Amino acid sequence: MKNRTWLAYVVFFAVLAAAPLLLGRYWVDVLNNVGLYLILALSLNVILGYAGMFHMGHAAFYAVGAYTTAIINTHYGVPVLWVLPVSGLAAALFALVVARPIIHLRGDYLLIVTIGMVEIVRIALINNVFGLTGGANGIFGISRPEIFGFRLTQPVHFFYLIWSFAALTVLLFSLLENSRFGRALKYLKEDEVAAEGSGIHTARYKLAAFVLGAGWAGMCGTIFAAQMTIISPESFNFLESVRLFMIVILGGAGNIPGVILGSFLVMGLPELFRDFADARLLIFGLALMVMMIVRPQGLLPPRPRKHNLDSIRELS
Amino acid sequence: MEQFFQQLTNGLAVGGIYALIALGYTMVYGVLKLINFAHGDLFTIGAYLGLTLLTSLALTDHVGGFLGVTILAVMVMGLVGIIGILLERIAYRPLRQSPRLSAVVSALGASIFFQNAIMLTYGAKFYVYPQDLLPVMPVNIFGLSIPLMRIIILAASVLMMIALYLFVQKTRIGTAIRAAAIDQGAARLMGIDVNFVIMIVFFIGPALGGAAGLMVGVYYGQINFTMGWIYGLKAFTAAILGGIGNIPGAMLGGLLLGVVEALGAAYISIAWKDAIAFFVLILILIVRPTGLLGERVAEKI
Repeated sequence: MKNRTWLAYVVFFAVLAAAPLLLGRYWVDVLNNVGLYLILALSLNVILGYAGMFHMGHAAFYAVGAYTTAIINTHYGVPVLWVLPVSGLAAALFALVVARPIIHLRGDYLLIVTIGMVEIVRIALINNVFGLTGGANGIFGISRPEIFGFRLTQPVHFFYLIWSFAALTVLLFSLLENSRFGRALKYLKEDEVAAEGSGIHTARYKLAAFVLGAGWAGMCGTIFAAQMTIISPESFNFLESVRLFMIVILGGAGNIPGVILGSFLVMGLPELFRDFADARLLIFGLALMVMMIVRPQGLLPPRPRKHNLDSIRELS
Repeated sequence: MEQFFQQLTNGLAVGGIYALIALGYTMVYGVLKLINFAHGDLFTIGAYLGLTLLTSLALTDHVGGFLGVTILAVMVMGLVGIIGILLERIAYRPLRQSPRLSAVVSALGASIFFQNAIMLTYGAKFYVYPQDLLPVMPVNIFGLSIPLMRIIILAASVLMMIALYLFVQKTRIGTAIRAAAIDQGAARLMGIDVNFVIMIVFFIGPALGGAAGLMVGVYYGQINFTMGWIYGLKAFTAAILGGIGNIPGAMLGGLLLGVVEALGAAYISIAWKDAIAFFVLILILIVRPTGLLGERVAEKI
């Protein structure tokens, strides 16, 4: 990636790190929400943006991670942040099992199946599946996270936890984007047949993208559970999946700066319209339509890869 | 056995409603390859408009229950159809050449818009339809007493489906719709006004959805502004189940989904009712990846 983009990231995260000094508690909370959804949207971006699979059920993986955390923490008293890798693994495993039989479905058929998946997960949670999920009330009494003996309790504490994780996610996924794996995913999005012809095992790569995105969302679930200390099925409904989907497509599918912008708009705009009280979502819906019509490719679509021609000339 | 047939007829009535909504999804998908996520909210608008017209015009008092509700249905269908045309003009036409998911986000935006517009106009409370619109006597069929309402709902939806089928198969415009669904470019070369076809589709689909909204109001007696999500989702499931883009498929998928859901709620678990529909969908798609009546075609690029 170009140095300019890295510089932009450094400036962006530095400005953000100073933001809580100026903002009140309320806006720090809003930014926490934005950060959480940014991490989730970046993980969805692997599936939807790079690999181009129509996936509208990402909240299901998020839920698996959050509930894994809540159950292990409340039953066995394991410190909440220690569960982070376990939640990631649980969500990844869940994705592996669920996605295996449906990965070959094309476009819109995959879309409705992933919607079905998130609804089934929600209903299973409400119905207290395995007697572990606490039914419609959910699970409460999740302990606060501790880092080196420091207990995180205030929104500001979580602000730095969430945005550190977000910065790490941006870094890792930027590297992923330009790796062999990332390029293979983009290729199969553009032309699956040609990708297969070039020796990319498309089914395996698609599944890997699903599992990776799901695992990351699962870890995000841990942070959510730690922040809320109480989780219930309604936090993981279809609408949350739709929000993530909108962030990725509105921002520019497959482009990390676009996803960052998208999460600020989708999560932040309804807050800015608070003056309109009840009409804020009405205006938000209108704004979504207008933005899509004005910029159909997304606000910041990925730029085409540039290749250095000199190095090719040297070879010939 | 009594319970089985009661649930079966109930499922058919609900399935008829699902099928009417599913037709809107599938027709729009057929010509535009777009999932119209705002369709569920057009259905809700139908339910609310029906209630408003019902109470303000008091038609049923002047001309009697049946005729009153029929006139009402025609009015609701016309109005919702016009909203559908406007929706396409404003939110979808500028995005016709864009990546498909951009239009989906525009549709989601329209859905949020409609839902909140209804909430702001009517308030967030539940509304109740008058219960004495149609006679509520049970009818005896083969020794079963079935509520008349159930039969009327099923008959009305089947009637509309037959009318639509004949329209699409037998008329000139219907032929144009089918041609545009197969290949828009070729249809245009054959002198078909594709924009006009899309307008017609965006009239008929939402009109049927609006009629379904009215039916839900009359059948269940209670409506609220968020009901479009779940009905829309179920109907979309039905459309996919039958093979999206396929009109008989949407009818079959809707009726099947209604029956499966009613029987599942009765014999398996009422708490899992909404999940059963999706389980069935996933199972069918694993066996038949393009739905029951969908053609097995490679993804168009």
